[in-house]
Amino acid sequence: MTILVIAEHDNGSLKQATLSVVAAAKAIGGDIDVLVAGGNCGAVGEAAAKAEGVSKVLVADNAVYGHFLGENLGELVAEVGKNYSHILAAAGTVGKDFMPRVAALLDVAQVSDIMRVESEDTFVRPIYAGNAIATVKSTDSIKVITVRPTAFDPVAGRGGSAAVEALDVVKDAGLSQFVNEELAKSDRPDLASAGIVVSGGRGMQNGENFQMLEQIADLMGAAVGASRAAVDAGFVPNDMQVGQTGKIVAPQLYIAVGISGAIQHLAGMSDSKVIVAINKDEEAPIFQVADYGLVADLFEAVPQLEEGLRKIK
Amino acid sequence: MKILVTVKRVIDYNVKVRVKLDNTGVDLANVKMTMNPFCEIAVEEAVRLKEMGVASEIVVVSIGPKASQEQIRTALALGADRGVHIETDEEVQSLEAAKLLKSVVEKEEPKLVILGKQSIDSDNNQTGQMLAALTGMGQGTFASEVVVDGDKVNVTREVDGGLMTVALNLPAVVTTDLRLNEPRYASLPNIMKAKKKQLDSMTPADLGVELAPRLSTLKVEAPASRQAGVKVADVAELVDKLKSEAKVI
Repeated sequence: MTILVIAEHDNGSLKQATLSVVAAAKAIGGDIDVLVAGGNCGAVGEAAAKAEGVSKVLVADNAVYGHFLGENLGELVAEVGKNYSHILAAAGTVGKDFMPRVAALLDVAQVSDIMRVESEDTFVRPIYAGNAIATVKSTDSIKVITVRPTAFDPVAGRGGSAAVEALDVVKDAGLSQFVNEELAKSDRPDLASAGIVVSGGRGMQNGENFQMLEQIADLMGAAVGASRAAVDAGFVPNDMQVGQTGKIVAPQLYIAVGISGAIQHLAGMSDSKVIVAINKDEEAPIFQVADYGLVADLFEAVPQLEEGLRKIK
Repeated sequence: MKILVTVKRVIDYNVKVRVKLDNTGVDLANVKMTMNPFCEIAVEEAVRLKEMGVASEIVVVSIGPKASQEQIRTALALGADRGVHIETDEEVQSLEAAKLLKSVVEKEEPKLVILGKQSIDSDNNQTGQMLAALTGMGQGTFASEVVVDGDKVNVTREVDGGLMTVALNLPAVVTTDLRLNEPRYASLPNIMKAKKKQLDSMTPADLGVELAPRLSTLKVEAPASRQAGVKVADVAELVDKLKSEAKVI
């Protein structure tokens, strides 16, 4: 049984999520090969070779993979992966894009976003935005799986010494071209992968008041999120929405400010390690999931919190 | 050009999901069912493309039990022209859904297929990409902007850390993300009109697709429930607890 892990990277460095996927592969058991597909991605291949538990690194270095287009990666991975028992990738926007193509080309099902491995063919994954947890068994000969990185502690990124092999497989599906990309210029971390998230709800009253949250977020290196109510009220843009129809987050610390805790919001953040709620309504449902609840007017509490955080810095 | 848009009947996103006591699934008895939110966005985008004169016809497809026709009617009330219902009471997994849609695509020959990026029940995020692979089309997944330009479509995608734009040859598959648009509500006159629009019903067998699920769900459980923690008296105590007890700051 040999498992193929598809590395997530930016052509320059290996993303930590890959180390979590290798951890998931170790939980399945068997030899682990890593495929690095990209353009000018040699350094990533070297980095992957140092990851704990990896036997072999395959590097497909060609401009056609440089922007991780799903059509090209799908063909490559289906070709390389057909001799493996399992094909794993992180459930980020790259993996979510090309992996179902791989599954369809191999005529197998995909198991999405696994959070636990029960055995080589049985996996645990969230459904209904995490409001239910399903244990799923695959009967396919090749298991195509995306892995929720936050659910697996990453393996060590150094100490390994896998062989690195160049792979001369060029698959250009000719269906799509990269036009451009605009990566967020904000110094704040990405909401979905941030270690700390500070979110505001309808209680913030308007968009300007979100600056208070941005200030405490910057003190902690946190991302700023919002509830659907705050988005619907027009305070902040939709891409800040945490919840069932927004982003699903699971940071080490989630601070909910002026958020009542509607079901659809809880579905997006209740896997957070520590939850803090600040709300003046002590009956607010958010307090039922909060580790630390503060019943207070947020317009008094948030400035005090900022001051408190400055003191301990 | 013709657009094919898919809609799925799912539990309403505001309903509290309850796991069945025998752990075989989620209790859907007497629960409010609606159109999957991402599918609403897909329908809205198709209707806007028609209003802009880019699309000439919108065909809406749903796979599922008889009651899925309600969601097709909703899409027709929002502006779709014609409905196709693939009726089955069986569980349809993503790969099978993609195969069913492939046969509809072969028959209808749309220039653009718009799907929601995922349904909020199974949360798989697979069907659009699988359909694209099976039909040899390019894919613009997690779209926040769709611009048809001659024989190409430019799709701006929500990717980790920002936005990425790709140009796809038509025909192509687009899957919708939240920021693509804000769906409208159907007006009463349009709801009445939708009742008269054409809706064809067929079975997977009619399309020559055999449902053969590859995944079996062994059990469904409620997530480990969080215990409510403590109330702190003031901000000072909160900061102290976060630092010395939870050790997260």
